[in-house]
Amino acid sequence: MPSAISRWFHRLGSPRWFYHTSRRWLPWLAILTIALLVTGVVWGLGFAPQDARQGNSYRIIFIHVPASVLALVGYYVMAGAGAIALIWRIKMAEMVMISAAPLGAALTFLALLTGAVWAKPTWGTYWVWDARTTSMLILLFLYLGVMALGKSYAAREVAYRACAIVSLVGTVNIPIIYKSVDWWYTLHQPATIKFTSAPSMHPSMLQPLLVTTLGFYCFYALVLMLNTRAEIIGRERRAVWVRELLQ
Amino acid sequence: MSFGRMFFGVVRRDFLSRVRHGQDIVNPLLFFVIATSLVPIAVSPEAGRLTQLAPGMIWITALLSTLLALDGLFAEDYADGSLAQLILSPQPLWLLVLGKVFAHWLLTGLPLIVLSPLLALMLALPTSAYMPLMGGLVLGTASFSLLGAVGAALTVALRQGGMLLSLIVMPFYFPVLIFGTSVVQSAVDGVDFFPIMALLGAFFAFSLALGPIAAAASLKVGING
Amino acid sequence: MTSAPLLEFQNISFLIEDRPLFQGVCGSLTAGEALQINGSNGSGKTTLLQILATLKTMSSGTVSWRGNVASNNIPYRREMAYLGHQAGLKMALSPRQNLLWCNRLFSLDRSGEQITSVLHRMRVLNRADLPCSALSAGQLRRVALAALLLREACLWLLDEPFSALDIEGVDCLVSLLDEHRARGGVVVFSSHHDARMPNVGVLELAAQAGS
Repeated sequence: MPSAISRWFHRLGSPRWFYHTSRRWLPWLAILTIALLVTGVVWGLGFAPQDARQGNSYRIIFIHVPASVLALVGYYVMAGAGAIALIWRIKMAEMVMISAAPLGAALTFLALLTGAVWAKPTWGTYWVWDARTTSMLILLFLYLGVMALGKSYAAREVAYRACAIVSLVGTVNIPIIYKSVDWWYTLHQPATIKFTSAPSMHPSMLQPLLVTTLGFYCFYALVLMLNTRAEIIGRERRAVWVRELLQ
Repeated sequence: MSFGRMFFGVVRRDFLSRVRHGQDIVNPLLFFVIATSLVPIAVSPEAGRLTQLAPGMIWITALLSTLLALDGLFAEDYADGSLAQLILSPQPLWLLVLGKVFAHWLLTGLPLIVLSPLLALMLALPTSAYMPLMGGLVLGTASFSLLGAVGAALTVALRQGGMLLSLIVMPFYFPVLIFGTSVVQSAVDGVDFFPIMALLGAFFAFSLALGPIAAAASLKVGING
Repeated sequence: MTSAPLLEFQNISFLIEDRPLFQGVCGSLTAGEALQINGSNGSGKTTLLQILATLKTMSSGTVSWRGNVASNNIPYRREMAYLGHQAGLKMALSPRQNLLWCNRLFSLDRSGEQITSVLHRMRVLNRADLPCSALSAGQLRRVALAALLLREACLWLLDEPFSALDIEGVDCLVSLLDEHRARGGVVVFSSHHDARMPNVGVLELAAQAGS
């Protein structure tokens, strides 16, 4: 039924409909997030076995890996929403895009921070210019650029479109940046640092990691929804339904 | 073909109107030279260490002076109102942007490349690396300008746009910097640098395809200020 | 005389930092009509003209030309000429070079004689080959009006066209406007002077009290 689909799509594009409907989703998403994160973290920190070489310090991956994954996924969410906003001029997509920027930046920062904490016992230093750290740092710069741009215009509509263009240009650049940084690192790899790469992770470690990763996905969706709701109120605050809501 | 006529029309117009502001062309060059001269002062005058640092330092200062010059890519046209006419014209805007970027590069990028052997000499770079350095800078500064045009277009109507422009586009420059310095380093080490130059060329082709279209879309947004 | 409006705009609003600069601005012009936008400094005259020229994005509202939505599409652009507060001339080039560029940019195919004749009409022919930087503000405005004549557009959007012109220049512009309207052209122009011409509609942009 294409008409039903297009009607649903059309409604999703309405900030008012999204604001009211998302309120019903929020508690369920919150419960799911907390359940997954608590389960995953308790499982990972308390019950998963120690790593043979790294002891207990490896356990930070239960935060570090999901944060890194969501940092990158978040950029594609932002750029995807930006593309939809530019092509179909859907207000909701603009607001999702602008709400995704600080969230993505925060997750990227978290990934870098947990990476640094992990690097200290493993490599003996907080900061190592390895390929993944460097790529993450560039990703953080990309996010911060979008955020800086978003704050620079007097009119919101202009800021939205400017950010959408930059995040789209960023998206096509990210694979190139990642590949070139990888290549750069193989060129300069210092011999003293050995990667403790674990291509075949033991299932007892992998399972809690999957649970926290799922938890982070839900957390991302939850915070994105909250951010977007705040953006809706900010943007539509002159609309009658928002004024009624705020009274 | 009319595309070609239009392109060279823009190049000619921009070249003629810029070339009379000689100082705008000289300033990025001066910046390039002065910033590079800071290196021996800050690090060491010893030739061995300078040779090690030279590829990176020349590329970084080239990047920064291109960025500083980029601020002016659309600024004059915005100030005198002719940018509005370009946007409202029936011509494809990406073509006009491409012409403007090319004229701008002729006056800011090219002189910098011509000057680069002098800086290579000052930083004790072996002469075998001069040609790879210059060749790399041709592709690299052109890529800087093409991608930078997006940032210049978005910030055209903003006060303090220059700083913001740098923040937005600098992350896109990492691949150029990686390939560009590697070309020079390979030449210094006596390794075949051609494959890396080809990567730089590929990135240039990518910037050429993406930059003008994205910058044209950005201009329509950026003029809203 | 009843005919369909050429230019029509409805409920245009524009927000700056979420505050309305103006709201619910409407107007319609049929062939031969002129509209003067009045308002104090900062009331949004320039912004409204830029919105009509599709240079700025309005916060809400519609602009239509010959019954079609006037987004920045090429048919509308070919019939519309916008002359902003800044004349859009390159200072390093001469008036003649600027007009040649305008000819090429808008694919006009005008001859050299036509360019000479519009410069003559605006009485700047004796400055035609000096760089524009050597011209006074009033002379630059005349060159910009010559470029406007060259376009032969149907819709003129003029931002403060009378500024910097001397008495002779003002007379010249008034006769240009009359001729344009007699040909069935449409003009929207802004002015902060109360210099009303006969048979010109007036749109008052009141400065919005900050709410």
